[in-house]
Order: sequence, then structure tokens, then C-alpha cells
Amino acid sequence: MDPLGVTFLKALALCTVLLGAFAYMTLIERRLLGRMQHRYGPNRLGPFGLLQPIADAIKSVFKEDIVVSAADRFVYVLAPMISITFALAAFGAIPGGPAGSLFGFDPWIVDLDIGLLYVLAVTSIGVYGIFLGGWASNSKYPLLGSLRSSAQIISYELGLGLSVLSVIMIAGTLNLRAIVELNVWSVSPWLWPPLAVAFGAFVISAIAEVNRTPFDLPEAEQEIVAGYLTEYSSIKWALYQMAEYVNMMTASAFISTLFLGGYKGPTVLEPWIPGISDWPIVWLVAKMALFMFLFIWLRATLPRLRYDQLMRFGWVYLFEVALAAALVTGAVIAFVL
Amino acid sequence: MYEGLLMMFLAAGFIGAAAIGVGALLGPKRATPTTLAAYESGIPASGTARERFPVHFYLVAVLFIIFDIETAFFFPLAVKFGAAPQFLFAQAIIFVGILAVGYVYILRRGVLRW
Repeated sequence: MDPLGVTFLKALALCTVLLGAFAYMTLIERRLLGRMQHRYGPNRLGPFGLLQPIADAIKSVFKEDIVVSAADRFVYVLAPMISITFALAAFGAIPGGPAGSLFGFDPWIVDLDIGLLYVLAVTSIGVYGIFLGGWASNSKYPLLGSLRSSAQIISYELGLGLSVLSVIMIAGTLNLRAIVELNVWSVSPWLWPPLAVAFGAFVISAIAEVNRTPFDLPEAEQEIVAGYLTEYSSIKWALYQMAEYVNMMTASAFISTLFLGGYKGPTVLEPWIPGISDWPIVWLVAKMALFMFLFIWLRATLPRLRYDQLMRFGWVYLFEVALAAALVTGAVIAFVL
Repeated sequence: MYEGLLMMFLAAGFIGAAAIGVGALLGPKRATPTTLAAYESGIPASGTARERFPVHFYLVAVLFIIFDIETAFFFPLAVKFGAAPQFLFAQAIIFVGILAVGYVYILRRGVLRW
């Protein structure tokens, strides 16, 4: 285990990297969406528009910092801070490689025996940022938007919680590193179908949890303007955006860690480059990139759900399918193996 | 082990607080009553937003608590599932069965019908 000072520096470095990744994710997203819609996207600032995120950051810092006069000042300022703090902190428990592989340091901030619960719990505290932000604005669109978003997020948390049960039953631990070390080929083929269903349910719930299309009801501008973000501007608005993208990255990393072997690389390459499957960070980032691309691709492809469809989908289909996957996994372990 | 978590939260909280602080310092201060008014599609706001809202949201929150506790009870059961699979599976089925009655009831009552 690393000394405490090193842990703090690693935590700061992780936050900085995540924020840098957020800045460039916005560029990648806008460029990709542009390409998918037969247009260019931002390409004026620097080669391929690479300076665009920096210009955006400078702009949001120098914008006027408005606190709506009817708002509850303290909660209004606190809410975006809650969102970003818990979004960043959740990533700390996700392992980036084998112990001591990052220049002699461990490529994670904390290695918890309850890592899985920690990530689930801390990401779901983000809903307080959304709800308090909408309430503190003391304006009607934000209030309705935040109610909708919180109801959506807590509903899809059930699917999220139930679909990881299969993984826990097979792994017998909540430690994320132990789950990564579990090799899918050593799991009985009988368990693959329920695991595949659980994986699908988990990915769908995760997309709903991070408020992405087709579940981006909080941003249904035809109905509720910008939802809980309506009264937010300048850096506070940027903090909410950061939180959303950091949550996307955490969700991608979490899906990869639970279902796709996390930081482990393919052993097929071992004969050519010995030790390549144990390189830290690289493989996790590669797997995360797949899901980030999926999120953007879905945004360009799918229309938004209606609110009642969204709630029924979460409570009826996703909940039942995830529960069934968990029970089938249990039945297979209990009676077939 | 858990002091690492404290470090993580310190770093994350520092980033958030620093961003808010920098934004408050650097931005211009030219607020007028109009820019500070609540947004209501351009017309003057009628009343505050401290109003009643549909009871559905409240019901969803209560249901969430019930079924999230169900999930929370499943976690320790799933971790130790290998110890006595058949016994624990029977228990899980009974537990789900009890909750399923309530689940069917709320669906029939139309809690999720908006």
C-alpha cells in the first residue's frame, strides 16, 4: 500500500486526468455527432478543433456568475459541488492494473473489499446534486426537471443493483480486483446466458443512470427547457456537465471492470510482447473508449423515450429481467453445477 | 485502507470548490433584476416554485426504498452464495415471492401509469 501523501497526489492526478478527459470527450462527442449527421463539427480552433475545449473552459470561467434572486443561495452553490465531488470520488475505487504496476505504485486510489458497493453508493449520491440544484433554483422548470431526473435515476438503480448480483454470486466477493482476476473461461458455460442478460441489463441501466440518450429526459428541452440546469450558468453549469461526463467514464470503467475483465489485456499478444496484458491503465482505457463511443453513437441514433415509457421500462421490464437473470444464475449454481 | 478514501474526497472536493471560487472571482458582476429573475419562458414568473407536485414522484421514492432494500439484502446473500447454494436459493425465492405480491399490487394499482 502507498503512503498517504502519495495517495493524495494520485487522487489529485486522477481528478485532473478525468477533467482533461472530460474536456476532450466534449470535443470528440461533437466531432463524432457532426460526422454522423453529415457535417463537420467544431474544426476552427487549432488542428481538428483541438483547442476548442480550452476555449470553452476559458469562456465558462469568465462568464458572469449568476445566482437567481429567488434561489436558496447556499444550496444553489453547494449542489453542483456535490455532483462533481461524488462523480470524481467514485472513480477512485476502480483498479487500473495489477498491484505496484504503475512505476512501483498501485494504479488505483483505494482498494476496498467493498469496492463494488462503494462505486454503486457514491455514484448514486450524485442524485442529490441534481435534486438540490433543481429545488434551490426556486423556479418551476428546474423543480420539475429535477423531480423527473431523480425519479428516473433511483428507478434505474434497481436494475443496476440487481444485474450485478449474478457477477457477485459467481465471484463470491465485492472486491473489484478479485472480480477482474476472475476469468470468463473458467466460469461454467451454463452461466454464460444469464451473465449475458445481466450484462445487457447493466449497460442499459448505466446509460439511464448517467442521463444519456435515449434516457436523457432531464434535458428534454421541448418540455422542460433544460431541466434542473435551467437556472445554472457559467462555471456551475460547467461543473454539472463535468459531473455528467465523469459519471459516463465511471460507468464505462465499471462495466468493463465487472463484465469485461477490467484492466486485463488479451493474452493472445503475450508471445510477441511479453507482459503486455498486465500493462496498467492502457486496457482499461481501451475498454472504456468502446463504451464512450457506444454512448455517443446511441445519442446520434435513438430518439428520446416518453416519460411514462421510461418509468414503465425501468420498473417493469428492466427490473424483472435483471431479477430473473440473478435468480437463474442462482438456480444454475445451486442445482446444475 | 479507508484513509485513502478521505484523500480521494479531499482531492475531489478541492477541485469542485476551486472551480466555483475561480468562477466567482473572474466573472463580471453586472447583474440586473431581469437577469436574476427565474426563467419562465420569457414572461414574468408567477409565484414561486414552492408548489405542490404530482404524488407519483413520492410513490416512486417510497417504492424505490422498498425494492432497494430488497437489493441490499441480496448483496450479502450473493457474496456467500457458494456456502450453501440450495438453501440460500430457496430463501431468495421466498423473499422474492413475498415482495412480488406487493410488486404486482402496485402495478395493478397504476402507480406507474402517468
